[in-house]
Amino acid sequence: MKLELRGVTKRFGTLVANDHIDLVVEPGEIHCLLGENGAGKSTLMNVLYGLYKAEEGEILLNDEVQHFSGPGDAMAAGIGMVHQHFMLIPVFTVAENVILGHEPTRFGGQLDLPAARKRVREISDQFGFDVDPDARVEDLPVGVQQRVEIIKALSRDAQVLVFDEPTAVLTPQETDELMLIMKQLKEAGKAIIFITHKLREVREVADKITVVRLGKVVGQASPTASNEELASMMVGRAVELTIEKGKAKLGEPALVVRDFSVIDPIGQLVVNNISFDIKAGEIVAIAGVQGNGQTELVEAIIGLQPKVRGDISLNGSSLIGESVREILDEGVGYVPEDRNVDGLVAEFTIAENLILDRTNGEPFVKFGSLQLGLLADFSTEKLKEFDIRAQGIGTRAGNLSGGNQQKVVLARELSRDLKLLVAAQPTRGLDVGSVEFVHSRIVEARDAGVPVLVVSTELDEVVALADRIAVMYRGGIVGIVPGDTPRDQLGLMMAGETRKGNGKAA
Amino acid sequence: MTTKKQKMVENAKSSKKAGSTDVATEPNVGQTDSRWTGAFREILSGSAVMSVMAVVASIIIGGILIAVTDSRVQETAGYFFARPGDMLQAIWESVSGAYSSLFQGAIYNFRRPGFLNGIKPLAETLSFATPLIAAGLGVALGFRAGLFNIGGRGQMLFGAAAAGWVGFSFDLPYGIHLVVALIAGIAAGALWGGIAGYLKAKTGAHEVITTIMLNYVAFYFVYWMLSTPGMLQAPGSNNPKTPGMKDTAILPQLFGPNFQLHAGFLIVVAATVFVWWLLNRSSLGFQFRAVGFNPHAAKTAGMNVNRMYFYVMLYSGALVGLAGVIQVLGTVTTGFSSGIDAGIGFDAITVALLGRSKPWGVFAAGLLFGAFKAGGFSMQAAQGIPIDIVLVVQSMIVLFIAAPPLVRAMFRLPKPSLEATAGASNVQGRKAVVSK
Repeated sequence: MKLELRGVTKRFGTLVANDHIDLVVEPGEIHCLLGENGAGKSTLMNVLYGLYKAEEGEILLNDEVQHFSGPGDAMAAGIGMVHQHFMLIPVFTVAENVILGHEPTRFGGQLDLPAARKRVREISDQFGFDVDPDARVEDLPVGVQQRVEIIKALSRDAQVLVFDEPTAVLTPQETDELMLIMKQLKEAGKAIIFITHKLREVREVADKITVVRLGKVVGQASPTASNEELASMMVGRAVELTIEKGKAKLGEPALVVRDFSVIDPIGQLVVNNISFDIKAGEIVAIAGVQGNGQTELVEAIIGLQPKVRGDISLNGSSLIGESVREILDEGVGYVPEDRNVDGLVAEFTIAENLILDRTNGEPFVKFGSLQLGLLADFSTEKLKEFDIRAQGIGTRAGNLSGGNQQKVVLARELSRDLKLLVAAQPTRGLDVGSVEFVHSRIVEARDAGVPVLVVSTELDEVVALADRIAVMYRGGIVGIVPGDTPRDQLGLMMAGETRKGNGKAA
Repeated sequence: MTTKKQKMVENAKSSKKAGSTDVATEPNVGQTDSRWTGAFREILSGSAVMSVMAVVASIIIGGILIAVTDSRVQETAGYFFARPGDMLQAIWESVSGAYSSLFQGAIYNFRRPGFLNGIKPLAETLSFATPLIAAGLGVALGFRAGLFNIGGRGQMLFGAAAAGWVGFSFDLPYGIHLVVALIAGIAAGALWGGIAGYLKAKTGAHEVITTIMLNYVAFYFVYWMLSTPGMLQAPGSNNPKTPGMKDTAILPQLFGPNFQLHAGFLIVVAATVFVWWLLNRSSLGFQFRAVGFNPHAAKTAGMNVNRMYFYVMLYSGALVGLAGVIQVLGTVTTGFSSGIDAGIGFDAITVALLGRSKPWGVFAAGLLFGAFKAGGFSMQAAQGIPIDIVLVVQSMIVLFIAAPPLVRAMFRLPKPSLEATAGASNVQGRKAVVSK
C-alpha cells in the first residue's frame, strides 16, 4: 500500500511542530525519517496514526484521501505502529496481547483463543519470528517483546508499518535481528517508516531517507551518504561526530570500588559483587543494556541506595554510609540519568537550579540568606559559558529544551571543585549538537585530572568517550576492556557473553 | 589544551548562529509526577488574575442566590411577563442592598456620623483578618513544601491554651508578660505541627491523616484541661472556660478602646514579611520550595527531604499557633473555651488557596475573608439575609480555585504556564533569580 502525506501542518499554539510536510512511502520500501529530538517526527507519526488532527494537509493511502479520527481508524485502514514503549500487558500471553482490542469471539461472546494462537503461529512462521503464542510477555526478552508488537500490527493486516525509535531498548545483536526483520517485511511488500536518530542504522536498512529539522522537511538523502553529511543535514550545520580526545594522562586510582553489591527494596541483588577503579584523568564508561544494574550502581555511589555491601572509596576515604550531602561535599559531581526527575526542579528558574545542590553555605548562602546578586552574576556567566539558550536566568528550567536543560545540570556540577564526575546517560534525548557539547565538556573535565564515570546504553557514546569500558550484565561486570575494543565484541559482552573467540554479530 | 578551548569557543559561536530557535520548544517537560500532584500544583501556581476572577464569579453566584431566595423577587416573579420591571427592580434592590450592607459592615459605613465612626467597620475587618492571615500563612508554607496541613484547629487550640495559660496564671511586668505568652503559644503550635512533621519524616505517615487525628487529640486534651480544676479552668467555676487574661498579657489596642484593632495585626504584618523572606530569600525556604516541587531532585541535590518535612511543619504549626495566640490575647481576652479556634484553622486552607500560597497573596485573601466575616453580620442584621450566603460565597471561591480550567473557560484566560513564562522573561538581574 502506498502512503502519501501532503502538506501536513500541525501547530501547538504558536509552535509549528509540522510545517507542510510531504512524504511518499512506496510498498516494499523502507523509508527512514531522520531528525533530532523535537524535530517533529513523532508528532507527524501521531498525526498519521490518528492521535492528532492536522490543521492542514491530507493523508492518502493508495491515492485515496483518509480521514482518521483515532488510532482505530488508522489501524482499520492498514497502518500499524510499533511504539518505542511497548503497548503490551506483561501478565498476558503473546496470543492474548495480539488480539487485544479486536478480540475474536465465538458464539455467546466466548473468547476464541485457539484462533488467536493459530494467527500468531502463522505470522511467526511466515517471517521466522520464533515466538511462542502461549508465553507470558513479561517472561520474554525485550527483543522478542518487540516482535510481539510487530505481530500485533501484522495480525491486523497492516500494510504500512511505523517503527518509532525501535532500537532504543535493544542490544546491538537484537538491533541487527530487527534490521533483518524489517528487510523481510519489506520483501513481503509492506511500506515501512523507520524513525530514528541513529545514523548507522539508517544507512544499513533505508531505501530512502527524509531528513526533518524544526518541523520541516529539509531534504532527501541517499543511504550512501556519509554520517557527517546526514548529521549536518539534521543539525543544519557541520557537526563533529567524534570528539577530539588526546591520550589520557593517568594518575593514581581515585575511585576504588571493591566487592560491591546493591540490594533493592524487594531484596534482590541488583548489583552483584563488582570491583573496578578509576584513575585520576581517566574516563571509565559502563556499557550495558538498560536495567542491568547501572542505575543502582550510580545511585549507590552518590549515596541514594540504602542497602549496599562492600566498599566504595574516593581518594582513600570510604563513601559508604555517608549522606548525599556529605558525598557531594567530598567533590563528587553527579549528572543524573533522568534530568527531569532527579536533576532539575522544572518550576525553578535557571539560576535557582544552578545552586540546587549548593544551599548549604557560602558563597551562595550567607547567614541563612540567599545571595541574589552573586547568584545573578554567577548564573549570567554560566549561561554564557555553557551556551544555555534561554531568554534569561529567570527562565524556568521546565521551559527549556532537553539539551539546554542538560547544560544547566552540567554547568551546576562542573562549576564545583570536583574530585569525581559521575555522568549517567549524559546525552539521553539530546540532539546531535548538544551531544557534541556535553561530550567535549566531559573530556575537558578528564583532561583537568578529574576521574570520570560515564554510564551509557548508547554504544556510540561509550566508544567516543571511554578510556576503558566496563560492561555490565545482570548486575555483574562481564569484563573491563580498553576503549578501542571493537563494537561487535562489546555487543556480545552486553548480551552477557564473556570474551571468547572473535564474536561476530549474529 | 588551548586549541581545544578555541575549538570549543568556535563551536559555541557557530551553534549560537545556527539554531537560536530551539529555546523553549518542549512544552511537556517535567510531567513525570502523578496526575494528582500535577493538579495540586496547578491549583497552587495559578495567577493572581485567577484568584480575583474566582472571587468575582463567586460574588455573582452569591448575588443570584440572594435574588432567588428574596421574597419580593419571588412575589414579582409571579407576574413577570405582565410587569417585568417589578421583578428586575426587586432583584436589583435585594442584591445591591445585600452587597452594600456587606460593604458598609466591612469597610466604611456612610450612615454613621463622622469619618472615625464610619471607618470602624474597617478596623473590625482587620481584626477578623488578623488570625486568618496568621493561620493562612502557616497553611501556605506547608503547601509550598508540598504538605497539606489540615491540623490548623489542633495547632490553634494548643497555641491558644499555652498562651492563655501564661496569660492568666503568671504575674509578670508589662511587655515581658506579653512576649512570654506569645512565645509560649507559638512554641506550642510549632510542637503540635512538628509532631505531624516528625511522624511523616520518620515513618512516612501522611500528614493529612495525622494532622486531622491530632485535631481531635488536641480538642479533647484542651477540653479536658478546660474542665479540670487546677488546669485551665477558671477557679470557682463549673464551665469549661478559663479566667480572663491579665492586663499585662493583652495585646494593646492600636487606636484606643473605640476601635477593635489590636497589636496582633502588626505581628501578622511582620509574620507576612518574615514568611516572604523565608520563602524567597532564605536558604531554608529555597529547600522547602525545592522539596515541594520535586522531592527527587531535592534529594539528589543533597537536601535532607525528611528533615525539611519536619522543619516546615514546625514553622507551619508555629504560624497557626500564632493565630491561636492572637485569639486569646487580642480578640477574646475575657477567657476562652474550646471553641476559641472558631473554624479559623479550616478557613485558613481557603485563605492559603485563594492567596496562591504566596505571603502577600495570603495577606490579601485574609483581608477579604475578614471583610466577609465582618460584613456578613451587618448584612444579616440590615437586610435579613442569612449569614450563610457568605459561607456559600466562600465555598464557591474554593470550588472555582480548585477548578482552574473552569474559571479559565468562563473568563477566557490563557493557560497559566505560558503566561508565567512570558512575564518572567523580561526580568533580568537579581530580580530574575527567584522563581515567582
